[in-house]
Amino acid sequence: MIEAHNLTKTFRDKKRGEIHAADHVSFRVQPGQIYGLLGANGAGKTTTLRVLATLLAPTSGTATVAGFDVVRDAQKVRANVGFLAASTALYGRLTAREMIGYFGRLNGMTDAAIRARIKQLSAELDMDEFLDRRCEKFSTGMKQKTSIARTLVHDPAVMIFDEPTLGLDVMTARAIVRFVRDCRARGKTVIYSTHVMSEVEKLCDVIGIIHDGKLLAEGTLAELRARHGEQDMEEIFVKVVGGEVAA
Amino acid sequence: MNWNNIVTVYLKELKDSLRDRRTLISTIVVPTVIMPLLMFGVGKIMSGVIKKTQEDIPSVAILGGADSPAVVAALKKSARLRVVTTPADWKQAIGDKKLRVAVEIPAGFEAGLKAGAAAAVKVYNYSGELKSENGARVVERFLADLREQTIADRLAEHALPKTLARPFEFKRENVAPPEKVGGNMFGGFVPYLIIILCFSGAMYPAMDLTAGEKERGTMETLLCSPVARVDIVLGKFLMVLTGSLSAMFFMLISMGVTAAIGGSLMMGGSATSRVGVGTAAARPTMDVIPMIDPMGLLGVLAMVLPVAVLFAAATFTVALFAKSYKEAQSYVGPMIIVVIMPAVVGMLPGIDLNARLALVPLLNLSLVCKEMLSGVWHWNYIALIFGSSCLYAAIALALAVKMFKREDVIFRT
Repeated sequence: MIEAHNLTKTFRDKKRGEIHAADHVSFRVQPGQIYGLLGANGAGKTTTLRVLATLLAPTSGTATVAGFDVVRDAQKVRANVGFLAASTALYGRLTAREMIGYFGRLNGMTDAAIRARIKQLSAELDMDEFLDRRCEKFSTGMKQKTSIARTLVHDPAVMIFDEPTLGLDVMTARAIVRFVRDCRARGKTVIYSTHVMSEVEKLCDVIGIIHDGKLLAEGTLAELRARHGEQDMEEIFVKVVGGEVAA
Repeated sequence: MNWNNIVTVYLKELKDSLRDRRTLISTIVVPTVIMPLLMFGVGKIMSGVIKKTQEDIPSVAILGGADSPAVVAALKKSARLRVVTTPADWKQAIGDKKLRVAVEIPAGFEAGLKAGAAAAVKVYNYSGELKSENGARVVERFLADLREQTIADRLAEHALPKTLARPFEFKRENVAPPEKVGGNMFGGFVPYLIIILCFSGAMYPAMDLTAGEKERGTMETLLCSPVARVDIVLGKFLMVLTGSLSAMFFMLISMGVTAAIGGSLMMGGSATSRVGVGTAAARPTMDVIPMIDPMGLLGVLAMVLPVAVLFAAATFTVALFAKSYKEAQSYVGPMIIVVIMPAVVGMLPGIDLNARLALVPLLNLSLVCKEMLSGVWHWNYIALIFGSSCLYAAIALALAVKMFKREDVIFRT
């Protein structure tokens, strides 16, 4: 489970002064649920997810991930999280097997457990053909599969996806969406950030609309449609965000 | 701190670096080829140029001398120089390297000699130009011989013994042991090379493991793992240190092998002379065979260790600020000037180790290494330098860990 209470992250910029990238953000994600964090570029999605993954420390507020506090038990949080983002790349000079094995070892797994897990993941993700090839020579699809295997090697209870389909072709993006659904089916707690409306409609059980660091609206797709009197997610989004600007 | 994690990070970085061409070039290839290049390449070219210059028979123009036919005839007769017709603009000719030297014989020189008080002979040359300098030396030697001969003639004229003008002879002889001579000759040069290579060995892994990872997007991937940041820093730092030490190791091996095979080229072309650890080197004019004390070299290696740690931590910290490999190069590159300066000062003659200089990083290493290679062991200074180097290294490493924990450094955009 993920629980965020008034999560705030402030950056100081010499030119722009204080920037509230996440401003008192609160939400809860249950196991077996996909929470969609929807927002434009620079809305605060990445910052919020980085705080949840303990890559950044919150300025104020609290959050627990898999029962562990993101500040006090950062290492335990990371041991229970699989973090996949467009910005989390692979080591080009390592093979896919070495890459997955490295993260297995960093997660405290034994060599035998890593071997068994790689075999299982390779079969599930159809990676046998390129498992012993260096990542730098991979196609985008191969890279995504290897990244997925890397996030799953320690079988985390919580999955955090930060715009994982950014810049991917349709087929690879579909494979990612399928994988996210699989995670839900396996009972994992999933948080998924994107600015693609169709992905949210197809995938998410609960949607949070974030803008200028603030969580402006939250609910299921049906609840949001009913609340804003619109069927199309894009219209709902513009209404929510536009209303905020007008105010 | 978890050593299992540190070793895991280190082993991965080692494997990764061994597959990186730039790191291999800076830590293995360059240190291995630099000594053969210096000795066989630069050494051979230098000795060739010097030999050619020495063999060059300088062209000499005579200014005046119409009333001193004997001196002019002697100059023309000399096999060591070649008298040419004096160009109208002889100064320009010297400047254009068409003429090596001009010698001005003052009016009434020979008459003055006979009378016992001749005016000074002037030698004109292109100062700093190798061949012109050599030409001036040849003419001066000719004039010195002429002066000696004049003295000898005058003494004979008065039936006086030659010892009247030269009552005694003197001879210089070296009493320093070969290790000291070798240490003095190479004491500045060897630590200088070690310092530079240690630094350049650390440079590329440091940039690749920090800014390179940020640029490639793998830093964020790594930070997602449940490993403490201090473990990540130490694992990466150990890899940078490995790069630094391996550069030194390969250079020393290469230096030993190269010196054993043909140090003669660097030593002036003597086919029989050698230089190196426990071996000998000699100039044709030297009566002692310089050697490098193996214990001194071991001492140098021990003293270099904390400095290698300092380099590894410093380059790591500075490169960490950069967003890309290219940016890191622009930060770390100029650091080499800071490294070279004290090493060069340490090579200068007359700069001796004292308590104050023992606290100046790098310069202290350069100076103490010079002493150790000469077989001089100032234990109080050695302890002071080793201790201060360890302290600087520890501060740099602590700073690296601190920087790695800073979000604005790691996620700098």
